[in-house]
Amino acid sequence: MAGIPHDHYEPGTRGEKWLHRRLPIVGLLYDTLMLPTPKNLNWMWIWGIVLTFCLVLQIVTGIVLAMHYTPHIDYAFASVEHIMRNVNGGHFIRYLHMNGASLFFVAVYLHIFRGLYYGSYKAPREITWIIGMLIYLAMMATAFMGYVLPWGQMSFWGATVITGLFGAIPFIGEPIQTWLLGGPAVDNATLNRFFSLHYLLPFIIAALVAVHIWAFHSTGNNNPTGVEVRRTSKAEAEKDTVPFWPYFVMKDLFALAVILAVFFAIVGFMPNYLGHPDNYIEADALVTPAHIVPEWYFLPFYAILRAFTGDVWVVIAASWITGGIIDAKFFGVLAMFGAIAVMALAPWLDTSGVRSGRYRPMFKWWFGLLCLDFMVLMWAGAMPAEGIYGVISLIASAYWFAYFLIILPLLGVIEKPLPQPATIEDDFNAHYDAQTGGTHTIVKPAE
Amino acid sequence: MFSKIGAPLAVAAALSVAAISGQVANAAGAGVHMEDVDFSFEGPFGKFDTLQLQRGLKVYTEICAACHGLQYVPLRTLHDEGGPQLPEDQVRAYASQFEVFDEELDDFREAKASDRFPMSNLETAPDLSLMAKKRAGFHGPYGTGINQLLKGIGGPEYIYTLLVSYHDAPDCAPEDFPGSYNSAFASGGFPDECKDEAGNHTVPGSWISMAQPLWGDDVTYDDGHEATIEAEAKDVAAFLMWTAEPKLMARKYAGLTGVLFLTVLSVLLYLTNKRIWAPIKGRKKH
Repeated sequence: MAGIPHDHYEPGTRGEKWLHRRLPIVGLLYDTLMLPTPKNLNWMWIWGIVLTFCLVLQIVTGIVLAMHYTPHIDYAFASVEHIMRNVNGGHFIRYLHMNGASLFFVAVYLHIFRGLYYGSYKAPREITWIIGMLIYLAMMATAFMGYVLPWGQMSFWGATVITGLFGAIPFIGEPIQTWLLGGPAVDNATLNRFFSLHYLLPFIIAALVAVHIWAFHSTGNNNPTGVEVRRTSKAEAEKDTVPFWPYFVMKDLFALAVILAVFFAIVGFMPNYLGHPDNYIEADALVTPAHIVPEWYFLPFYAILRAFTGDVWVVIAASWITGGIIDAKFFGVLAMFGAIAVMALAPWLDTSGVRSGRYRPMFKWWFGLLCLDFMVLMWAGAMPAEGIYGVISLIASAYWFAYFLIILPLLGVIEKPLPQPATIEDDFNAHYDAQTGGTHTIVKPAE
Repeated sequence: MFSKIGAPLAVAAALSVAAISGQVANAAGAGVHMEDVDFSFEGPFGKFDTLQLQRGLKVYTEICAACHGLQYVPLRTLHDEGGPQLPEDQVRAYASQFEVFDEELDDFREAKASDRFPMSNLETAPDLSLMAKKRAGFHGPYGTGINQLLKGIGGPEYIYTLLVSYHDAPDCAPEDFPGSYNSAFASGGFPDECKDEAGNHTVPGSWISMAQPLWGDDVTYDDGHEATIEAEAKDVAAFLMWTAEPKLMARKYAGLTGVLFLTVLSVLLYLTNKRIWAPIKGRKKH
């Protein structure tokens, strides 16, 4: 692996040498754990560990739930109640899994917005960013299909609405929708394939996560200054970094423990708060819920989907230009996927040479507005699609696109960045008086 | 707007507030007042009141069970810890009053403790097993779900309020309008005569197809409690919370254990982390 110069694993004993010549697995683990990590990382750099934990949590609890769950429209709802009532510890495992999805998305959104603020997506980390976006998409697909499995009212109608989006694609939409559902409507075939894919996708996510980690281990972590680690020599690099173990492992574990304490409080004391009561009503194709609302983590994009109604001028224009091929529904679908696409393209839309938002006086404001915008969209997505909410959704959606397509490219040209520290060490020493601690007594990690 | 430390914190705070706001205003919010009942099982340390569950079981058995069922609730769980905790012989005796269909016999037989409660007798009467979880009493303000954070989701409150909110039909309604007027039921029928010119409802609630089930003194409590309509409604709401969430106490106990363990672990990890970093950081400048 290319990257920041650092010590590599040296097999000591004869046994270690024997293994190392045949399979350098200890060396791989060593290099992964001892990765030189910028020593100025702040608390926004802990979400990666939280996300890794979430993936493991969801896979482990999910496998146990699958042992007791029945993917059949006549038994699915009852089998979940069986888990809740008769399986030892089943109620807690299920609530862990249910709320684990929410923790997963809280962490992924904070992780993504961290990247957006500190410019982690910029060269040379574009591949890490793109893989991250793929993971995010796979997470959304997994979460959506998982929400269908309990076969409650929101499961059923959520599946109907979301697969209906594919039906909005001109010409080929309906065959695609039928193909996805395994029939003309959400039915047993749909539930079965969603269960199958819900079990498969997490392992694809795990593989993508490995590549994601590999990618940023090659480029090195970004850091709050956005200034690169010096790589001219090992000695120089060591002034900017500390090994991942034990420094960041301990820091991340501390953060994880705090977050899990909150998580356990939610699972223990209010496990249904983030869910929708309607999902405790068994799916009924004949009764449509008053409001079909997706899980909270989909709401911002759901708001964008619904914002572009037939009376919005861009929709009218698009419809006129394409001779009616792009109608309001399809426009909404394009906008929803486009909202994620523009985020994925951020590395090429951001023209600023300065990575970190810390040294970009104008960017800070626009970024703060983007965070606010995200929350407004989330709220608007939960509201009925009528009246003032439609207008709010539209304005907020417009800002989302404007941020990526207009503001990011323009800011790079017109903004005058603040001076950045020359090195990570300078930034670190500006905060901490390393001399008082004695730089030469750095803990030597156990080998 | 953002200081060096403030930026990540602001993002974190902003997104976590966003995370809890993903709730929705439901039609039930329209002009219906939900009373916040102080149930014994609320809060992190809340426990079911065994005697209340037994009273609620009595109300359910003598009133609700005429039409409604509890198809997901195994009868044997009446004996379980954290439930009504009937002695085993009482559970068997209780079960024997029901008839269940046995596929092996291809006939009906007396229910055993290993069976579940019967399903609803009446097709239009919903099963009550999960009623306390499939209805929300609180939504707002403005659909942010903050009230649910403070008061709970309000399923039992919804049941209680519904049961005590039957009133004489308002004068605007035609005599023969189907259903019973209930000021806390939002999604029932509503006569046009009670709407103003803009189509707004002039009276709260709507007409529900269930006739008033509780009037007060419908049952005689074994523990000598007075059977007012409010007491009966509270008891049956608590009982239905138990049928919806029978492992509520085990869950809170597990959650509390987890929180305490993780809190201690956090402190230890904090101290370890601080110690490890001390030589690197030295004294903090600002």
